[in-house]
Amino acid sequence: MTLAATAAHLATGPATEAAAGTHGFLSPTGVEIAFLLVGLVTFGAALVTVTTRQLVHAALWLVITLGGLAVEYLLLTAEFIAWVQVLIYVGSVVVLLLFGLMLTRAPIGRSPDADSGNRWAALTVAVAAAAALVWVVVDAFRTTWIDLDGPAAGSTEATGASLFQNWVLPFEALSVLLLAALVGAIVLSRKAKAETATRSGQDTGRDTEGAR
Amino acid sequence: MNDVLDVALRLLVVFVVFLTFPLVIGQTEHKVMAHMQGRLGPMYAGGFHGWAQLIADGVKFAQKEDVVPAGADRRIFQLAPAVALLPYLLVLLAIPIGPGEGAVGQVVDAGVFFVLAVMGVGVLGSLMAGWASANKFSLLGGLRTAAQLLAYELPMLLTAASVAMAAGTVSLPGILDAFEWWWLPWQIVGAIVFFVAGLAELQRPPFDMPVADSEIIFGAYTEYTGLRFALFLLAEYAGIVVLCGLTTVLFLGGWHGPWGADGLGWVWTLLKTAVLAFLVIWLRVTYPRLREDQLQKLSWTLLVPLALAQIALTGVVKVVIQ
Repeated sequence: MTLAATAAHLATGPATEAAAGTHGFLSPTGVEIAFLLVGLVTFGAALVTVTTRQLVHAALWLVITLGGLAVEYLLLTAEFIAWVQVLIYVGSVVVLLLFGLMLTRAPIGRSPDADSGNRWAALTVAVAAAAALVWVVVDAFRTTWIDLDGPAAGSTEATGASLFQNWVLPFEALSVLLLAALVGAIVLSRKAKAETATRSGQDTGRDTEGAR
Repeated sequence: MNDVLDVALRLLVVFVVFLTFPLVIGQTEHKVMAHMQGRLGPMYAGGFHGWAQLIADGVKFAQKEDVVPAGADRRIFQLAPAVALLPYLLVLLAIPIGPGEGAVGQVVDAGVFFVLAVMGVGVLGSLMAGWASANKFSLLGGLRTAAQLLAYELPMLLTAASVAMAAGTVSLPGILDAFEWWWLPWQIVGAIVFFVAGLAELQRPPFDMPVADSEIIFGAYTEYTGLRFALFLLAEYAGIVVLCGLTTVLFLGGWHGPWGADGLGWVWTLLKTAVLAFLVIWLRVTYPRLREDQLQKLSWTLLVPLALAQIALTGVVKVVIQ
């Protein structure tokens, strides 16, 4: 058993592990087929997100991608995670993204310059990251099965208990990371503001004095 | 077969509520506003005190031509009203009006998160409409909508979290099962913050700067006509039903009342919701519109600190009584 598989065992517990013996990849159930189809839609939407030349459409396709992920969580009975996904990503992050696009540049129709010379580098990085993630997840959870018919394995109570018992250290470390990002954003914006203030002060100081 | 019938019946009831309650609130708004401003309001349609005015309006909207501006992004423009309206229908499914399984469309385990998450999606409809209209006023409206989100989202979530902490569950019927009368004074600050933030989410006066008809001509909805415009209006009034119902369930004890708790609980829920809806209308008549930056100031210097204080208070009391 590799390290990742041990972690998976710790996270999911013996209840899900026990069911592994009776399952196989053949003769899939309805939920499994739905999972696969939603996964395909999500993947397609993600591809369109990064390839479309229409900036706002890319953001809206991102909504479908993130929403598809939420549906996948739901199908895996992780209800709490699914709604948090919708709340944070669809309801807030994409809205902020659209806000940013509208504030700067959001033409209707294609933007011919919405392309990057880094497309091959980006593709390489994306494929490498995806391969690494898939490899780790498959290695860890290959023998783990979720009993979809029994009590929800990902209910709010189960998620909360596992988050604050087994995973409390990574959780707190992530909050510190977010705090650092927040402080960094404030520092950057204040610095830019101070620079423009002194510059415009030097430029217009004489004029305003004269006006008074 | 019985299960299918049960589900179909529940969906039908929720759909009927979704179609009628906003109309009732709309008609009440016509009449209440009129009387508060010393006039009569609609008096002719339908005969008795103009009760059929909104039906007449609906017929008028249905007859109008559905215009899509030449410069607009057609598909997004046509999709936007549905994105704005459907979330409220979904949220309505999860709001319990009485005790037991029979009085809620669908019991959702993480109910509080479900309603707040799905309600948040409605904003995308306004943003899509604002961008796709190819109109500067619409774009301004969309921008204001998005800016408004920065103000209301956080206090709303924090106060809902406070109630969830008090009840020890995030399920809406679970919260009501745990409700005691003294929660009312305990959570009152949270209730006010939640309601004010909810008004900002619905873009109702005094927070209607994204639609502000007198400055940016109804913002994101400038270019809409006919049924699609009516759908946006319906979304606004369905939003009032949802917000008032949610405030009732989370903070005012839903079906609990001083008497008649057996069998008549749903009357209490409807009564409290109606009083809150009246309050929403009242605020529209009494308060002038705020500016966008004034809302941000109100939110970040008042609502967020109050919500955090409410969470602290909830935590302290919760620890003390255990």
